[in-house]
Amino acid sequence: MEQSRVISAVQRIADSLITASRLLPPDAAKALEEAVPEGGKAAGVMDAIRRNLAIARERDIPMCQDTGAFWCLAEIGRESRIPLSLVERIITEGCREAAEKGCYRTSIVSEPVYERKNTGTNLPPFINYELRDGDGVRLSFLMKGFGSENCSSVRMLNPTAGEDGVFRAVMEMLEAAGGKPCPPVFLGVGIGGTMDRAAFLSKKAFFVSDERYTELSARILKVANELGTGPGGLGGSPTALGVSIAAEPTHIAGLPVALTVNCWAERKAVIEFREEELC
Amino acid sequence: MLRNLHLPYSGSPEHGDTIESILPGDDVILSGILYVGRDQVHKRLKEAIEASLPLPFDFAGNAIYYMGPSPAPEGFVIGAAGPTTSARMDPFSPLLISKGLSIMVGKGPRSEAVREAVEKYHGLYLQAYGGCGALYSSCITKAETIAYPELGPEALLRLEIRDFPAVCVIDSRGTVYRG
Repeated sequence: MEQSRVISAVQRIADSLITASRLLPPDAAKALEEAVPEGGKAAGVMDAIRRNLAIARERDIPMCQDTGAFWCLAEIGRESRIPLSLVERIITEGCREAAEKGCYRTSIVSEPVYERKNTGTNLPPFINYELRDGDGVRLSFLMKGFGSENCSSVRMLNPTAGEDGVFRAVMEMLEAAGGKPCPPVFLGVGIGGTMDRAAFLSKKAFFVSDERYTELSARILKVANELGTGPGGLGGSPTALGVSIAAEPTHIAGLPVALTVNCWAERKAVIEFREEELC
Repeated sequence: MLRNLHLPYSGSPEHGDTIESILPGDDVILSGILYVGRDQVHKRLKEAIEASLPLPFDFAGNAIYYMGPSPAPEGFVIGAAGPTTSARMDPFSPLLISKGLSIMVGKGPRSEAVREAVEKYHGLYLQAYGGCGALYSSCITKAETIAYPELGPEALLRLEIRDFPAVCVIDSRGTVYRG
């Protein structure tokens, strides 16, 4: 593997992450643009959000000071011959370069309970590896702000709880969040697996769509916007701009449901490498 | 209503609107001096108060903004500088308010204990627009670290601000804006 290819892969990741910290992805931008503010202070908050996005673009600074923790889903083709150590290295170095050159806040501490010493680099990234069909590598990143992450949660429902149980669990978690996560929010829902898998799926959900759950997503979105939490938690609507669901098999005794709450400033990036780019 | 509040608050009507005139749901434009502290600063201020140590700034008439900025790019005073979630400061705020801190600026709802303290001491809780770090960056004309520099992005800062937009969520009578 030539050094120049590694450098260019790291650069591509860093550039995508820096762009994502300044500009909303097209789906989030569209949802924000199309949202009609009603009631409370909705119009004022949505106007501030639009002005904020314009200033972030003009000044080339992050749209939000919490540039987040790097969360990465690395999907590696089953046929791929790309060394795993290389995948790990380009992710870590890409994140390092993005944080340095993109003027990210260093928001990561080395140990959660006692020391809480800032690592000074916004590293490590939290990487999840999965296999997929084909070859090459796809990297899906979230830059996860923690005002919203603190509102994310998991519930272990009874296996008979069904769609209504899932719906109620999500609504309760969202209602408890109130104005804390910078609404209007984007919701990722993970259903099934084990407790930890449901939590993982609730983040993977931002990058996939599963037609089996289209109606449930629409139901959650509709009722979320009737909660009255509103932009900034200052009443009215919209409260949520999007809901996506990912699911997988689970145990006969359970129905795990996890919710990841993303603020309106949805920072995400997807970077695909063909086999020949990294081999 | 649109209100203007000059900080530190002197009570003189020549320096903008009075705290008492600001009502829940009012848009409030802040100017003057704004101190910045979040989780770790609050923990340290509490420890300083409990140990009767001197405080890093005079609370009287002053406001604290729950924020930790991203680094300033070359040529800028500060990076993105939007509010963080106020609820995490709830366990500390009543003590700070009882020691003279008048105004808090953050995002999201507060506890009943904070509401009671705001009512008792006639303070204000204002909400800034969450996630709007770039917007608030453009309202800050000067930023300096005045204490706890070892906290990095969580250090205690003193800002000079101009046309800083916020919304009154708890007024000086303890009335909460509910939308």
